[in-house]
Amino acid sequence: MRKLSAFNLATLVLGIAFLYLPIVILIVYSFNASRLVVVWGGWSMHWYAELAGDAPLLGAAFISLRVALVSATAATVLGTLAAVALVRFGRFRGRLLFAAMIYAPLVMPEVITGLSMLLLFVAISVDRGFWTVVIAHTTMALCFVAVIVQARLVDFDMSLEEAAMDLGASPGRTFMAVTLPLILPAIAASWMLAFALSLDDLVIASFTTGPGATTLPIRIYSEVRLGVSPEMNAVCSIVVAVVGIAVIAASLLTKIGAARGAPAGN
Amino acid sequence: MQTVGSKQGVARRDFAPWTDHTLAPLLRIEGLTKRFGAYPAVDNLSLAIYPGEFFALLGPSGCGKTTLLRLIAGFERASAGRILLDGVDLLPVPPHRRPVNMMFQSYALFPHLTVAGNVAFGLKQEGLPKAQIAKRVGEMLALVHLENFGSRKPHELSGGQRQRVALARSLVKRPRILLLDEPMAALDKKLRGETQFELMELQRRLGLTFIIVTHDQSEAMTVADRIAVMDRGHLMQVAPPAEIYEQPNSRWVADFIGSVNLFEGRVGLDGSSVEGTALGRLRVGAKIAAEPGAPVWVAVRPEQLRMGPNPAEPDAQWALENDVAATLADVAYLGDLSIYRLRTAAGVPLQASRANVGPFAPRTIASNDKVWLNFPRAAAIVLTQ
Repeated sequence: MRKLSAFNLATLVLGIAFLYLPIVILIVYSFNASRLVVVWGGWSMHWYAELAGDAPLLGAAFISLRVALVSATAATVLGTLAAVALVRFGRFRGRLLFAAMIYAPLVMPEVITGLSMLLLFVAISVDRGFWTVVIAHTTMALCFVAVIVQARLVDFDMSLEEAAMDLGASPGRTFMAVTLPLILPAIAASWMLAFALSLDDLVIASFTTGPGATTLPIRIYSEVRLGVSPEMNAVCSIVVAVVGIAVIAASLLTKIGAARGAPAGN
Repeated sequence: MQTVGSKQGVARRDFAPWTDHTLAPLLRIEGLTKRFGAYPAVDNLSLAIYPGEFFALLGPSGCGKTTLLRLIAGFERASAGRILLDGVDLLPVPPHRRPVNMMFQSYALFPHLTVAGNVAFGLKQEGLPKAQIAKRVGEMLALVHLENFGSRKPHELSGGQRQRVALARSLVKRPRILLLDEPMAALDKKLRGETQFELMELQRRLGLTFIIVTHDQSEAMTVADRIAVMDRGHLMQVAPPAEIYEQPNSRWVADFIGSVNLFEGRVGLDGSSVEGTALGRLRVGAKIAAEPGAPVWVAVRPEQLRMGPNPAEPDAQWALENDVAATLADVAYLGDLSIYRLRTAAGVPLQASRANVGPFAPRTIASNDKVWLNFPRAAAIVLTQ
């Protein structure tokens, strides 16, 4: 391995610090015993204990989890179907338009997605609440799922499916017995990503939520506007942990999938 | 047309069902066409394959041989024509209901299943009872000498072992026809040679019909009872290996199979010589099936050219045959034989080969040496197209 020069080391440290110092400070201060956010008063689990008794905050966290679970699952199913359609059905009429429409939300500013969702729900007079947030998050996460699953399907050896059919498996059986097991890691990874995306979304959720469906990020944001409390630091630390685990799990699953799906020996 | 020591059906002496008009073919292809866009990959092709045949589709890449195989398997949809198996049209039948199985060039082993799981896959689709599946998988693995590898995953096997798993998987359902798509392309040369003989042995033992696609002529000639030489979607010639080599029906086949010296000329007035070639007048063995004056080509295989330091003796057996003076340009020494590239005084390139045997292995001939070449009239293959 090449040795790091002093310059390389310095840029590496600065880069990592730039990315992670704020989060490290947040996590450290969540263990601060002092009520004043910027004054260090020694280590304490006090704010985590406080959190356990904060019913509105716990309620918001519970809503966020439910939204994330439902929208991640829906986005995974729809995104996988979209990816299969894009990869397997060749050049059907309107394929390019379909692909563009699937990927557009990737680069669409969240404010616009959120606002357009809000306008739609108002226009068709749907009461905003839990389900409108779920729908909005599903559309947002769907495109990420489609991209991940499509990448896996593109380097999927088509002759595996042909071999299954050749051996007597109907197209449906072939998908269930061969295709699905081989792309499952990619599907699981995209579910994790969709879950994490939904869990920490503030912008789209605040456009599409309604009474009784305050998600955790909305709750945190509104609390912090009145002043940063150490309790919020504790909540955020937990969210960082949950999202971090989900993202790491997703990347591990992608790696396993790539290793497993590669044609043996090639 | 006269042939030189023709021994047809070298592999199996009395096996030639295609000559027996009372037999019904197992597979009959009629006017089959497959177009990709405007380009015909298989063009109005007709063919009959008989039960128990080991049939090879041979041709350069892009000649349509793989497309033809995939049409039989059902992975491509024909543009026109019929494929009849035992008289029943296969074209409306989806691939998973066709009684043929395919061994893929990439092997296409399911990476998430074990070796036994791969072999059992086809039987599971038939809904056989578990005990029977296990028994037949065991028999199949024994047949390909992989009894102890059932619980391994494909990526834990060597290339040769994977190839045998793929073979076992495609044979376990006892297909009416086994389709093999370049089955030995991924093996090294030595293993390929052994595998070719094992494959022939297996085919004879099981009494199945095999259709193999290959671009390797020596492989096709080794394993097949009959070879179909294909070019641009057409069948150029369908015949046993010896006939393909010794009696090619066109310049294209003569040139594609092995090496050949080709000379263009016109049929002589006596009907058994060709005049006006680059080597002058050439005497050929039999009466040419063309009018005097018609353009024809004379093909001579390199191993038929005899090389010597002197012209043929007037009283020798070859005296009245074809005698040419040439200069040796270079020699390729290949161990078992050497290939000699020569040039006549008029600059016509020639190729000769000779087995390196005997005390006078022709290593004594060096570049720029003058030599005499002659070939018996029976060695001259006359081609009218």
